[in-house]
Amino acid sequence: MEIVLSTAIGILAASGIWLLLRPRTFQVIVGLCLLSYAVNLFIFSMGRLTVGAPPIMAKGGFVNPTAYADPLPQALVLTAIVISFATTALFLVVMIASRGMTGTDHVDGQEREQ
Amino acid sequence: MLQQNLILFLIFLPFAGAIAAATLSVHAHNAAAWLSGAVLIAGLMILAVLYPEIEQGRVLRSVVTWVPSLRLNLNFRIDGFAWLFVTLVLGIGVLVVIYARYYLSKNDPVPRFYCFLLAFTGAMVGMLVSGNIIMLVVFWELTSVISFMLIGYWNHNPAARDGARMALIVTATGGICLLASMLLLGQIVGSYDLDRVLSSGEMIRAHPLYLPVLALFLIGAFTKSAQFPFHFWLPNAMAAPTPVSAFLHSATMVKAGVFLLVRFSPALGGTEAWFFAVTGTGMATLIIGAVIALFRHDLKGLLAYSTISHLGLITALAGIGSTGAIVAAIFHIANHAVFKASLFMAAGIIDHESGTRDMRRLSGLIRLMPVTGTLAIVAAAAMAGVPLLNGFLSKEMFFAEAASWHNGSWLDDALPYLATFASIFAVAYSLRFIMTVFFGPAPTDLPKTPHEPTPWMRRPVELLVLTCLVVGILPGVTLGPVLNMAARSVLGPDTPYFSIAVWHGFNTPMIMSLIAIVLGSGLYFLLAKQIAAGPEGPPFLHRIRAQRIFERLLLAFSWKWPRDLHRLFGTERLQPQLRLIVVLSFAAVSLTLWRGLTLLQKPDLPSFDLAFAIMWAIGCACAIGAAWQAKYHRFASLALLGGAGVVTCLTFAWFSAPDLAVTQLLVEVVTTVLLLLGLRWLPKRREEIAADKLSPARTRRIADLVIASISGFGIASIAYVVMTRPLIPNIGDWFLRNAYYEGGGTNVVNVILVDFRAFDTFGEISVLAVVAITVYALLRRFRPGAESAGMPAEQLGEAAEALKDYLVVPSVIMQWMFPAMIVMSAYLFFRGHDLPGGGFSAGVTLAIALLLQYLAANVRWVESHIVILPIRWMGLGLLISGGTGIGAWLFGYPFLTAHAQYLNLPLIGKVPAATALLFDIGVYALVVGATVLMLIAIAHQSLRSARLRAQDEALPETEAE
Repeated sequence: MEIVLSTAIGILAASGIWLLLRPRTFQVIVGLCLLSYAVNLFIFSMGRLTVGAPPIMAKGGFVNPTAYADPLPQALVLTAIVISFATTALFLVVMIASRGMTGTDHVDGQEREQ
Repeated sequence: MLQQNLILFLIFLPFAGAIAAATLSVHAHNAAAWLSGAVLIAGLMILAVLYPEIEQGRVLRSVVTWVPSLRLNLNFRIDGFAWLFVTLVLGIGVLVVIYARYYLSKNDPVPRFYCFLLAFTGAMVGMLVSGNIIMLVVFWELTSVISFMLIGYWNHNPAARDGARMALIVTATGGICLLASMLLLGQIVGSYDLDRVLSSGEMIRAHPLYLPVLALFLIGAFTKSAQFPFHFWLPNAMAAPTPVSAFLHSATMVKAGVFLLVRFSPALGGTEAWFFAVTGTGMATLIIGAVIALFRHDLKGLLAYSTISHLGLITALAGIGSTGAIVAAIFHIANHAVFKASLFMAAGIIDHESGTRDMRRLSGLIRLMPVTGTLAIVAAAAMAGVPLLNGFLSKEMFFAEAASWHNGSWLDDALPYLATFASIFAVAYSLRFIMTVFFGPAPTDLPKTPHEPTPWMRRPVELLVLTCLVVGILPGVTLGPVLNMAARSVLGPDTPYFSIAVWHGFNTPMIMSLIAIVLGSGLYFLLAKQIAAGPEGPPFLHRIRAQRIFERLLLAFSWKWPRDLHRLFGTERLQPQLRLIVVLSFAAVSLTLWRGLTLLQKPDLPSFDLAFAIMWAIGCACAIGAAWQAKYHRFASLALLGGAGVVTCLTFAWFSAPDLAVTQLLVEVVTTVLLLLGLRWLPKRREEIAADKLSPARTRRIADLVIASISGFGIASIAYVVMTRPLIPNIGDWFLRNAYYEGGGTNVVNVILVDFRAFDTFGEISVLAVVAITVYALLRRFRPGAESAGMPAEQLGEAAEALKDYLVVPSVIMQWMFPAMIVMSAYLFFRGHDLPGGGFSAGVTLAIALLLQYLAANVRWVESHIVILPIRWMGLGLLISGGTGIGAWLFGYPFLTAHAQYLNLPLIGKVPAATALLFDIGVYALVVGATVLMLIAIAHQSLRSARLRAQDEALPETEAE
């Protein structure tokens, strides 16, 4: 499992970074989304992989922390999902506004000089 | 107690006066002058009250605790030396105020002038009486900053602005060096208390850091006192109004440097390094200043270089450091302040009444202004060191020290000759000042016809010149006791009484004085014609101007080098910047983890699940496909991105994170819709971009592929290495144990978000609100690209007919789903505290429900049937969340403390009723508002562009009519 997930994180990150370095705004925004998946999974995996033990417990009684998945990375990732949604939205709007103003969708605001 | 308060008054009264002066009317010439005069005289009266105690050798203190943890107190101390200096500052200050009242014209904004003058006095007094060396630097820098304001007072004049800037840069740089040396001193001594530092001379001189401390200290003192090679700022500061020059550049600010040298000579002085650095610099400055002064044509320029020269003399004395030298240094500080202030004022009167300061144009003024002329001649004689005037006495003492004191070095042997040489020039430039301005033929062709000024403008000069005479004739009675008191406070109580007399007999200093006077006069009469015809500055040397070197350096530092650096490392283009960021982050992480990233010997490999592997094979294919297609097939790329997102979401579900799975799924929906809406405004891309096939583009792509692959591999390895290690107990366990008992919920993730770490969540929803409003604001002024402005091709022509009934069946379903989704949203919300769900996912669900209505029908239909006010939802959300947090204050708890309990509702049963739930309602409302606001803002662009299109079409028709 671990090897699969870490490979997956690597591939998501690599695709994201490659897109991040591309010249068109749409490529960059897709890249950011992919990168945020990778980063979210990475943070999540810092709590190790636990199957079938969500951090939802009985009401009262003794709690054995090892019987549940680590809730902390989950809380962090939940926040990260929200913030990455917000940045994606903001970037999208900046992207189309800059497209309207500069007449190009190149990230530099102008086509590369040949 | 009274004494302590008096000392505090002494320092803060000028600042209070400065604030009061600033509030006066622009034309309140008299009021401002009276106010300033009164403040300074009050200070002098305080000094008079303190005198009896100080005369007995006591040090008066006043301590106000400021930052005790940093050992930083407002610690003021006043001893004999400080007393003498403060008296000098305030005394000359009063005279400058009287003089300025008549000097400044009706159009000058006077409150500003007096405000800065008083503030400067306060800073200067604070510096002189600081008992803490850090405080001393603070006041020191304050004098630099305020002198900038004063020099640049006539800010419409470019020379004044440049002079002020130069003075500030030079003296403030020195101030930073001084701060560094004081911090080091404090570390060496273990205290920032001035008394402790002054009494730890042995320890400081033996410390390995002594030389750096000394160097930094001297840079601070030399820049302030305009010592070579930092002297160039002083002549440029002459662009200041003359009262400012008389105050700052004769009596106060430039004396701060020599004050510091004398004050710290017990702590830092007495070594060979001190002697060579201080006396050497002082002698060099003494000679250079005197030589240049002789060749200046500008009256104030001559006085400025003469000031530099005299400061060099005082510095040289401080470097010698014997009892006689220190007494002479203090004596000369006072004498120079008196005669130079009067000379500056006289120069100001001449400038004021004749309209020029050029000595080549001025001539024979003694006939037109006999009183001012006489006063200036006496003061200039004091500057030259003519007997029976105060300048003579301290100069004699300097000669005596130069001739008699010995430490056997070459510099010491050369001292008497160097001193006499400089003195020859001092006599020559003083004589030039007297002869060219006051004697000779009557002046012709002056801008104004000179005459005597109003009597009160002359009074300060009269008083100062009178002081020169009285001190010069009766030194032992007038200044003797105060001088000895000051010297004792610097050198210690055992210092022998140093008697000052007018006549010491026909000895070496007397011979040196005579040589100087005779040769100086000869030099002037020999060279008078050549000097007047020559350039501004000594022959040959005038080409090397420190000022120009400074300006070159300034240009290089502030303009050329930054631009070079920018050209080398900076780019205005985003693409290379992003590449730089990625590469740098990779390098930083590699550097940190180098050799730290090791696999465990026997990693505890868990079972391998084929289904999971297949799922991620699809996910990875989607990700790579999205990357591959993002340039030319945006829609396909978006669909593939969604695929990768779904796999991510399933992974969360797989590994016990139902909350994440739900949220990720919902956000995925909203993000996709958002991007789809954005696609409409991007340029069409059907043909391949020509440059893409060229080799630079290919190389770039391959390089980026390498960077991306390496980075991805790195991230994968870190993830793998960490995941195969056992989890160490962490704070997560605490959350698990206490979620129910402390937070009243069984869904630990939700309890963390709305209770334990509610403040983070509050910050997060604020970010969301800010983003939504920014999106909305950006889109209000949005203008689409030219080719996106028209109707999309799909909606034109025959295709438009086919689109009429498009999505009929789905739209009916979507409309019917609306109530169901509202219920779903409420369900997700209420179970959130105990089961997966919560305010955020519930909010996004409701937003999706609304969004579906927009998709199902056209915008106008939706908005005429449902009233959505997203901004109000957001505001309400923030208010509820913040209000819940503030509510905790009512019960005496910190912000956002939650209270949890369960309520038994009829029919429904036990319901969690934690205040965290209330907080979650705020989150819910805000998320609904923000998401809807963003989506609607983008969706409305189609309406707006349709409206704009209609306007454009309507316009030509109306013009045609």
